[in-house]
Amino acid sequence: MLIPGFREFDWMQDIRLELDRMQREVGRLFSGTSIPYSQRFPAINVWSKEDNVLVTVEVPGIVPDNVDISVEGDVMTLSGSRVQEELEEGEAYHRQERPHGSFRKSVRLPFRADGNKVEASYEKGILTVKLPRVESDKPRKITIKSE
Amino acid sequence: MAKTGKDLEVRREQSAFQAESTRARQVFIPRTDIIEKTDSIILIADMPGVDEQHMDITLEKGVLTIYGTVDAAYHQECRVAYAEYGIGDYRRSFRVTDEIDQDKIEATVKNGVLRLILHKAEQAKPKKITVKTG
Repeated sequence: MLIPGFREFDWMQDIRLELDRMQREVGRLFSGTSIPYSQRFPAINVWSKEDNVLVTVEVPGIVPDNVDISVEGDVMTLSGSRVQEELEEGEAYHRQERPHGSFRKSVRLPFRADGNKVEASYEKGILTVKLPRVESDKPRKITIKSE
Repeated sequence: MAKTGKDLEVRREQSAFQAESTRARQVFIPRTDIIEKTDSIILIADMPGVDEQHMDITLEKGVLTIYGTVDAAYHQECRVAYAEYGIGDYRRSFRVTDEIDQDKIEATVKNGVLRLILHKAEQAKPKKITVKTG
């Protein structure tokens, strides 16, 4: 039986997430570089804690002002763009692997987040977004009274 | 003059999987752009999480190796809810021919992007030959 908050439930969820991740990983390995970058750039990790969630995004070489973060319920959307090197006459790319252009990506958070209290920082090419859990959504501890 | 492909002065030397690492952690191959300019070659590599103190660039026997170390200590108190990228170091090697002036390689790191400027050696720069009338 699955009861939210029950230890086994957490464990089941971890397995499911891990399977999801593995499936994506396998898909990525076989797809080579033919899949358009927009589908997977930038890579997002979600770290959860009891009362807040950390979203880290690998977006090296961007201007932080060009990135837009919005939160709606439990979905965070990230959009922005990365410019490619401007070439002059007689210059050419020998190899171009770094994704460029505009991107838009949404990620589902483990719980509803308060969009007004979002903190974001950008360091070493990693964007870190800290989102607190909506107050009304926090788990409440229910004490059992004994007579 | 062919501009793409054939006259690559910088080539990928090896994948990160071929050599054993001395550190027990994942090593990724950074995505790299290589641009040829008239008097230099620009190499741009995406290495998120690496700053100038953790970047190691070596040139040995004509092989240029870039190695970036990522501090994995962060967010250890959190549980991973969803993951698209793994945390690990970056390494990639490139063969550099004599056409590059090996004493004049400039490197900068900004926002997790490594930018290397490899200046072409004097003899490798394109020269214009004027034809005299006889």
